[in-house]
Amino acid sequence: FSKRKLDANTLDDLEDLLIQSDLGLETTSRITDAIGKGRFEKGISADEVRSVLATEVERVLTPVAKPLVIEPSHKPHVIMMVGVNGTGKTTTIGKLANKFKSEGKSVVLAAGDTFRAAAIDQLKVWGERAGVPVVAREVGGDSSGLAFDALKQAQATGADVLLLDTAGRLQNKQVLMEELEKVTRVLKKLDPSAPHDVVLVLDATTGQNALNQVEVFRDRAGVTGLIMTKLDGTARGGILVAIAAKFGLPVHAIGVGEGADDLQAFSAADFARAIAGI
Amino acid sequence: MFQSLTERLSGVLDKLTRRGALTEGDVVEAMREVRRALLEADVALDVVKDFTEKVKAKAVGAEVLRSVTPGQMVVKIVNDELVAMLGSDAQPIDLHAAPPVGILMVGLQGSGKTTTTAKIAYRLTNRDRKKVLMASLDTRRPAAQEQLRVLGEQTGVATLPIIAGQNPLQIARRAEDAAKLGGFDVIIYDTAGRVTVDEELMDEVRDVKAAIHPHEVLLVADSLTGQDAVNTAKAFDGHIGVTGIVLTRADGDGRGGAALSMRAVTGKPIKLIGVGEKWDALEDFHPGRIASRILGM
Ligand SMILES: Nc1nc2c(ncn2[C@@H]2O[C@H](COP(=O)(O)OP(=O)(O)OP(=O)(O)O)[C@@H](O)[C@H]2O)c(=O)[nH]1
Ligand SMILES: Nc1nc2c(ncn2[C@@H]2O[C@H](COP(=O)(O)OP(=O)(O)OP(=O)(O)O)[C@@H](O)[C@H]2O)c(=O)[nH]1
Ligand SMILES: [K+]
Ligand SMILES: [Mg+2]
Ligand SMILES: [Mg+2]
Repeated sequence: FSKRKLDANTLDDLEDLLIQSDLGLETTSRITDAIGKGRFEKGISADEVRSVLATEVERVLTPVAKPLVIEPSHKPHVIMMVGVNGTGKTTTIGKLANKFKSEGKSVVLAAGDTFRAAAIDQLKVWGERAGVPVVAREVGGDSSGLAFDALKQAQATGADVLLLDTAGRLQNKQVLMEELEKVTRVLKKLDPSAPHDVVLVLDATTGQNALNQVEVFRDRAGVTGLIMTKLDGTARGGILVAIAAKFGLPVHAIGVGEGADDLQAFSAADFARAIAGI
Repeated sequence: MFQSLTERLSGVLDKLTRRGALTEGDVVEAMREVRRALLEADVALDVVKDFTEKVKAKAVGAEVLRSVTPGQMVVKIVNDELVAMLGSDAQPIDLHAAPPVGILMVGLQGSGKTTTTAKIAYRLTNRDRKKVLMASLDTRRPAAQEQLRVLGEQTGVATLPIIAGQNPLQIARRAEDAAKLGGFDVIIYDTAGRVTVDEELMDEVRDVKAAIHPHEVLLVADSLTGQDAVNTAKAFDGHIGVTGIVLTRADGDGRGGAALSMRAVTGKPIKLIGVGEKWDALEDFHPGRIASRILGM
């Protein structure tokens, strides 16, 4: 065990570690400044440095770690999944359907991605896996019309949860963002309080663009919470720390694989330790 | 894709050119700002360090600092290094091999492999008059084979009939046989997405490659990727060996750092960029033009 001083070099190494985890320059310097101020020139081991770092990151993340809560008074509780292409929306719906079903809730899925080739078939497979019905229409149809039908059907059958899939879209595409606004408006015709959760699905490999994804999807689609996927790879998803600091939106869960069970509750402590490399 | 990097860098470099005399300190300060600009554009840290070191080493030389227009010389060094990093000439897909020429698509989950498979097939069919067969070796993602079948219908490109229960290697061999029999010029093999730490799946695609000897192995990567671009590029190139890179979602306003990182760590050219979800949204990548655009020249 080498006791070393938390000198400028150590702080530089720390900074590198955070940058390489995608925390971004601003958040990185805020955290290294906080650490530097407290401990500078005191003898501290490399392991201790990492644990101090984990504590700093955890402090930022703790307030946002909140599970998705299904409100029993909502019949159904409507959860809409939104996000950029390929982040994992459809898969995460499959995982959530599985989870809610195993908790004894009645679940309906809505195939709102009427654009991408075989997006409907993909959701149907997940519906079969979880043993829950899927409301779908023809390919190329209007996604807000589908959302309306699905909510109506879920209301009629007294379902507890409606999970609504949407097509992936880049946040700089105006027309596509307007389409999301329309889906929300149409849902409100049947239930003014819907959608009850709008979950933005973020890919852990994404860099600084994720900040803008959160900002635009929040402003345009009314995002209420986040799920980060693909944390089973080498990406650490550090941009989530910057996002937590800037937007304070709840982080509900993380995706750690492609299977139905590969969804975990978001733990601020575990996430922080992974970033610190502990 | 490179707008914000362009703005930041040209700001830094403008300041340099407006100056008459330059000291070593000025160069060091400018490189600090270049470092920030590159990191904010998601260029991988090691690549940034390497880049600024090289520029610094060349720029603090006596001839540069004592020249009549030191600022412009430093800007030229930055430009030359950027071009060296991106490669100067466009490198299209190479089809110079005995038909059927194989193109193997690999990458992380959701990066855009299946869509890009259809885009390349569409282009080769309509622009280059090639007879193309697409085959999905993705037996994992729900409805992945169906997705490619639908894309084949939409683009008017043949797809290998789906036979349930076959593994990727069996499908690849069947595709090869079908292409030979049917007189196809090109086979594009779409594969399942995989994380690089999944040894079993990385081995699986390596075995497929060994069996079919594709002429091109294209790593399909998201241009919104952050620092992980380096891990991804190193792992796929190291494990499988890629011949080129395709960057998707270049129609987003990502900062494009992944392009610089992936090229730098693999030395493999970026051949194509995806600029939309439709099958005609595919463009050649011109590194020289991109470098000039980044520097606002
Ligand atoms: N390794 C890993 N892969 C994931 C995870 N979540 C989703 N995926 C994979 O990522 C790919 C894309 O997932 P989808 O659920 O289709 O993503 P999407 O956001 O619905 O995509 P679009 O509808 O095309 O925008 C698939 O191959 C999934 O299996 C995860 O947590 N880990
Ligand atoms: N905007 C935009 N979207 C793209 C582009 N390329 C692909 N996509 C979208 O990205 C999503 C994922 O594309 P896929 O082709 O299914 O990705 P994949 O790599 O085959 O995914 P897996 O097989 O699950 O690993 C889809 O919604 C595509 O429409 C692009 O260049 N621009
Ligand atoms: K992605
Ligand atoms: Mg989807
Ligand atoms: Mg695919």
